[in-house]
Formats: sequence, C-alpha cells, structure tokens
Amino acid sequence: MEKMIKVQGVTFLYESNDQGDLVKALKDINIDVKKGEFVTIIGHNGSGKSTLAKHINALLKPSEGDVWVKGMNTKDDEETWNIRQTAGMVFQNPDNQIVATIVEEDVAFGPENLGVPSAEIRVRVEEALKTVGMLEFREKGPHLLSGGQKQRIAIAGVIAMKPDCIVLDEPTAMLDPSGRKDVIDTIQKLNREENITVVNITHFMEEAVVSDRVIVMEDGDIVLEGTPREVFSQVGKLKTLGLDVPQVTDLAFELRKEGIELPEDILTVDEMVMQLCQLK
Amino acid sequence: MSIKIENLTYIYNPKSPFETKALDGINLEINDGEFIGLIGHTGSGKSTLIQHLNGLIKPTSGKITVGDLVITGEKVKLADLRKKVGLVFQYPEHQLFEETVYKDIAFGPKNLNLSESEIDERVRESMELVKLDFDTLKDRSPFELSGGQRRRVAIAGVLAMKPDILILDEPTAGLDPRGRDEILDQIKFLHQKYENTVILVSHSMEDIAKLVDRIIVMHGGKIELHGVPREVFKQSKRLESIGLGIPQITYLMEKLKKVDTNIAEEVLTVDEAKIEILRWIRSNKDA
Repeated sequence: MEKMIKVQGVTFLYESNDQGDLVKALKDINIDVKKGEFVTIIGHNGSGKSTLAKHINALLKPSEGDVWVKGMNTKDDEETWNIRQTAGMVFQNPDNQIVATIVEEDVAFGPENLGVPSAEIRVRVEEALKTVGMLEFREKGPHLLSGGQKQRIAIAGVIAMKPDCIVLDEPTAMLDPSGRKDVIDTIQKLNREENITVVNITHFMEEAVVSDRVIVMEDGDIVLEGTPREVFSQVGKLKTLGLDVPQVTDLAFELRKEGIELPEDILTVDEMVMQLCQLK
Repeated sequence: MSIKIENLTYIYNPKSPFETKALDGINLEINDGEFIGLIGHTGSGKSTLIQHLNGLIKPTSGKITVGDLVITGEKVKLADLRKKVGLVFQYPEHQLFEETVYKDIAFGPKNLNLSESEIDERVRESMELVKLDFDTLKDRSPFELSGGQRRRVAIAGVLAMKPDILILDEPTAGLDPRGRDEILDQIKFLHQKYENTVILVSHSMEDIAKLVDRIIVMHGGKIELHGVPREVFKQSKRLESIGLGIPQITYLMEKLKKVDTNIAEEVLTVDEAKIEILRWIRSNKDA
C-alpha cells in the first residue's frame, strides 16, 4: 500500500522558558500511515499529540529525524505549500478557523489562495458543502451556525483544497453530543467514500472505536498501538495512563476479575449483550 | 441556599425580526444543598437560565427568588446577589487577566472590600480546594500554566467569593480525561464539605449519572423532564428524541432487560452494573 505519511525517528525540542531550558515534546517517534487509513491518536494534554499533528503539515519541523508527506520531506521549504495542500488541518476551536462572513466565501478561501480558477472554485465549494451536509447554509453568516455546523464548514474549507489527507486536532472537543456525532459521521464518510486519509486526535473513545488504528501517546512517546480492539483490551494499562475506555469494555474488565469468562476486546453494547446471553 | 423560579420567560431581540423565546414559562424549585445536573441540547435555554440566576440577564417576565432575596425585584444590589451565586462560565480560563495567580483569584474578594488578611485567607483556601499549591504557584503568571491548571485558577476565583450556590457551565469541556476527573472530584468534595447548592451543566451523561441528586432536562426553552437520575435515564427514547442520550452502561442494562426481565435496568455506573450482572449470572447458575 502507498504511504501517505512517514514519521521517522522524530524528536522535537522546544524552549520552555526564557532561560532556554529545553523540553523534549517528541522522543524518537516512528509512524507510518497508509493511504486511505483512519488513524486515531489519544493521550493526555501535554503528551505530544498536537506537536506531532503540527509536524504533519509542516507547521513544526523536527529537531531530529524526518517527516514525509506523500514523499515530500517537510524540511524542504519549497514543498511547504504542496504539503499543506496534501495534508489539510482542522483545529479545536471552530471560531478561530472561520475567516469570512458568508459560508461559501469561507470555504472558497483556501482554493482562492491556491490560485484555482473561479469557475473551478464554484464547483469545489459546492461539492465540499454537499459532502459535509451544509449546502443549504451556503449563503448564511457563519456566526448564526452551531459549533458542530461551524466545524463542518472548517472541514469543507479543507476538502475544497482537495487534500489526500486531513489531520484533525480535537475537532469535537468544544461540541455537544449531536454536533460531535455530525462531525464524526462526516469524517468517517470522507474516509470511506472519498478515500481521504484521516489522522484524528481526540479524547473521546467512541471516536477511536470507529478508526482503523489507535496510537496512544504519553510523555512524547508512543506507548500503545494497534486496532481499537487490541488497544482497548489493555484496560489496566489505559487506566494507569489516566485514559478512558468505553464503559462496556470497563465492565467486561471488571467482570473478568470476578472470574466471569468474557473476551477482553468487547467494544460495543451489542457485543456485550451477546456475550452475556451466551453465559446464561 | 434555595432557588425558586416562577413563570420565567425570556425573549431575545423582542419586537424585531430576530425575536426568539429562549425561556418559556419556567417553574422550578431547587432545594438548599441539592446537587443538580442541568442537561439539554445546544440552544435549549440552559445558559440563558443560569445567567438569570446571578443577574446577568433580566427576565422578560417572571420572578426569581434566591434564598430570601427576590432578585427580579426593584433595587436589588447585584453585588449582594453575586456573593450568593457564583457562576463559572464555559472556558473560564479565557477570562484570566491578572499578572499572577494570586492577583487573579484575589480580584473578586477585593471588590467586596474585604481586609487584606481576609483576602489572603480566601485565596489560600480557594487554591487548596482546587488543589493548586499556594507557595509554588501564587506568583506565577496564569498564562504559563497548563490548561487544566488555568481552569482551576478560574474556578478558585469564583470559590474565593464564598458563594452559597455554585453554578458551573460545562466545567470539563476540552479537558483530557484526567483533568476532567480532577475537576469533577473537587466539585464533589466541595459539595460534600460545604453542603452548598451546585448546578452542573454538562453534555456528559456519564458524569451526570455519577454525581447529581436530580436532573433537569431542558428543551426548546422549557423543562422537558426532571427527576432523580434513575427515573430520568429510564426515558431513553424521549431523551434521544431531543438530541440527548443515556450513559452507555444504562443503555446496556436496558438491552439486557429486553432479553431477560429478571435484571434490574436502573443502573447508572459501571460499579452498579458489575454488581447487578454478577447477581444475575449467579442466580441463573443456581436456578
């Protein structure tokens, strides 16, 4: 399979204060993301997740090691714009990402900066808004939208640049449950139907459950990695790290401690119901 | 301290094309020392309601009584009200502005014209309550701290006013699981220690289920439902129809109940589910 992102031996140092003390935010990280993959990164605030994400679209450059996006090295300044067009980024706060006063103008902002001809921009804006389910709001002011709707506009703005990959840094942290669901459904659709590679950073385990692979970071290091089932079966370890697991996975873990024979990798309510009924 | 709300209606932008009824004839009593969970979809009126409780918004019509003070009456001093009701906004750390943690927390008490020693005592006490170390952090700039710490500074600033009623609007939004648990544990501890009235606005049904005595569900500017968590979370269909849900664990028990009626569905936490499922499995084995 074609590689979309390759992170090789990346260490990132920054100065934490005026005295020039250095902090290692990333410690010799290695990750490969295949084209079309949906990867979730979880970990505490301060674990290095966002620092890693910013390396993927050349907002930060490694102190040691290399990051390649579709074969382009982020250290190569001449490729910066190509990299940002290839790997679009969506941030946590929807209000900080919207620049225009009309939804469709906001979505058009990215392609305009790429010098896309205006007829083509029209087509792209319409397609992007259709994909995120916001076409009917095209002439509205973004300030009249809910948080989840604004976040879908931000995603549309990225899609209009026709990226191969989207990196989302806690896109649902400020949203209510229904806004969160709309955004996650949109991300899943982009991944499945448009084959866009997704790297999603989140604290919400229900978002991790729907991805292909979960990477757990702690203190600048990768401490766990695997399919959602593999990762969430490590309930004890995740709890020690202070992270959440789905409630049913936690329940299965607790019941196993009591000698009840249940598989370690239960992730959903339906799986749990099925397993418990077999015990009867 | 108790709260009584009678026929409260609030209309945004009255007599304009943007006229919206944000609150529509709310009647509600909150008892002294109660821990309330306030839930509802974005736009349901939760924030408008809590802003009425410390006088940030004046009702279009209706009456609100806090303790024995009718706050919607004439000549109410807002300063008196704000000593009684402390409101922690969403993302309260965005409101930090002082040079040091100490000055930021002391800002409210200073405006109450307290003595320096009383202010000092309150700052120390509030920092201890939110588990911020006084000696190492008092002279730091709040802007150098982590997100979770900044939020605790902001909460300490409200606690330093010693409010009888503490209202928190999504105090854990955007925090990681550890930061969330720390904040919720501290709110629970405060409530147990001072037996104050707490109103917690949250989107997390799991957190609400763990903490509160009573849930108030808002929808379309009205109170859709209220009751103890066990009663409210029985109505999963109704909650889903207004864009809310129930804890995953309660949902699991509801499904199991459909398979075997010999299981109690009124379960709110993983620990309760564990006990009930063990009982259920063992009773099946004995049978």
